[in-house]
Amino acid sequence: MSAPPLEVRGLVKRYGDLTAVAGVDLTVEPGDVFGCLGPNGAGKTTLLRMTLGLIRPSAGHVRLFGRDPQLGVAALEGVSGFVEAPRFYPYLSGRANLELLAALDGDGAAGRIDEVLEIVDLRDRARDRVGGYSHGMGQRLGIAAALLRRPRLLLLDEPATGLDPAGMRDMRELIRRLAGQGMTVVLSSHLLAEVEEVCNRVAIIRRGHVVYEGSLAELRRTAGVAYRLRTTDDERAARICAAQPGIAGVAPGAGGGLTFRAESERAVGELSLALAEAGALVLELAPQLATLEDLFFQLTEERPVAVAA
Amino acid sequence: MTPGVAVVYRWELRKLRSQKRTYLGLGAAAIVPLLFVLALVLRGGESGPRDVAFGRYLHDTGLAVPLVLLLFGSIWMFPLITALVAGDIVASEDHNGTLKTILTRSVDRERIFAGKMLAAMSYAILAIAITGGVALGAGILASGLHPITSLSGTRVSSGRGLVLVGASLLVYLLPILAVASIGLLLSTVTRNSAAAVVGTLMVSLLLQLVGILPGLGALRPYLLSTQFDAWMGCLRTPVDWAPIVRAAWVCPLYAVPSLAAAALVFLRRDVAGG
Repeated sequence: MSAPPLEVRGLVKRYGDLTAVAGVDLTVEPGDVFGCLGPNGAGKTTLLRMTLGLIRPSAGHVRLFGRDPQLGVAALEGVSGFVEAPRFYPYLSGRANLELLAALDGDGAAGRIDEVLEIVDLRDRARDRVGGYSHGMGQRLGIAAALLRRPRLLLLDEPATGLDPAGMRDMRELIRRLAGQGMTVVLSSHLLAEVEEVCNRVAIIRRGHVVYEGSLAELRRTAGVAYRLRTTDDERAARICAAQPGIAGVAPGAGGGLTFRAESERAVGELSLALAEAGALVLELAPQLATLEDLFFQLTEERPVAVAA
Repeated sequence: MTPGVAVVYRWELRKLRSQKRTYLGLGAAAIVPLLFVLALVLRGGESGPRDVAFGRYLHDTGLAVPLVLLLFGSIWMFPLITALVAGDIVASEDHNGTLKTILTRSVDRERIFAGKMLAAMSYAILAIAITGGVALGAGILASGLHPITSLSGTRVSSGRGLVLVGASLLVYLLPILAVASIGLLLSTVTRNSAAAVVGTLMVSLLLQLVGILPGLGALRPYLLSTQFDAWMGCLRTPVDWAPIVRAAWVCPLYAVPSLAAAALVFLRRDVAGG
């Protein structure tokens, strides 16, 4: 069986007293578009830096197709990407920057410069100095530089950050297209919409820990189904809900009434019965799907899941 | 096949060719001798620094001009020109974030470092060559190509004088390359271009100060600053090899540990900035 594109086990990075990454385990399978999601400072970028061999782990290890990036750049064969914003030599043109990187890559990368410029739609500006590029153009040049290596695993750190809405749309479209060609993509982001649109699996990172890893669908399922409840006596209903087995996350609803999560439909039925017996007659009881944002905040801020309006 | 040091070196040179900083240093290396000769011509007669070696021959032969400039340049000009690139070549990449860009390609850190080191050394060599060449050319235009009197008081033909000037420039490279090594170390360790450039110059000046402190005379032969005078051994009759040989082993005492420490830091460092 071939090794997965990315495998992380027990990865820790400490800077003095600060633990930026605290024992992360992850596995990215071939063909995944894997999102590392977390608020700023969660440890996503540190994780990617260790993945690319730019910084040394304090403990644990990373394997790229079974190879250790700490042992040298040979482990990066078939792997490319960028950490934080892609950086280039501002006094050289976009093409010259790519020529430099292609020279450092060898393996015929120089022959792919026109092709990758075409993919990221930068051919017309390739002879301009990078110092004059917009942020979006820099991001696209970063993708072009990554594609020069014909990666099987593409690592992108916040690829849509700083882009205007059209640029963000184009970037997502590009990532989807690359994934459609069989490339495994790992992207870190704090933009929920970006992850929701392009990723099939996510790891949610909070203070250096992975608090969730799996599919988005599974994430929604594990969060439980949220409900909106309105009764003739919401105050009494809230007390009954709080005491009812299988019911959690009871909170006032945005437009009145209550919201809660139920672990099963049976728990909802039993709640309905309990409310009727207590004299709090049900006026409205409707399931609500939690958004990814709700789940994200729940996991990263330890806040109860709120339902969509 | 993985690209080698030659590929990195070639690209480091291309990067240097594209930066204004490079031309600032090389421009100074060319302009200073031109201004020096222009001042000599304009002031005419007996003008010039007559109290330094070869100063009194500046109006007699163009061969004296590069030699006088070697004396003056060792105080701060050549260390500064050298530090402009050696102190910047790693630190600027770290600061701009391009270090992470190149370290995630197919060339390992050892080769990246070696390419940068060779580029910094090449620049220093070019700067000395430019100063020497321009000084010699301008000097010959102003004073002609005539025999020169050696430090031993013997007349040296203009042809042999040219060879000795060339040899002097080569010997002068020994301490210059040691300065470049110190610059590279500071560039790698400080990750700050300005600090590395100024730091290199300060180290050079500090060593000169140590050389004039009373009671430290025994140290003087082993100071890097003293090696800047080793070339004078070429201008004695017969050639005095002692200072040249000493420079040949003292300068590596400064250069090799600096380069080794720089390489160690570069290979093991976390690239977390940018």
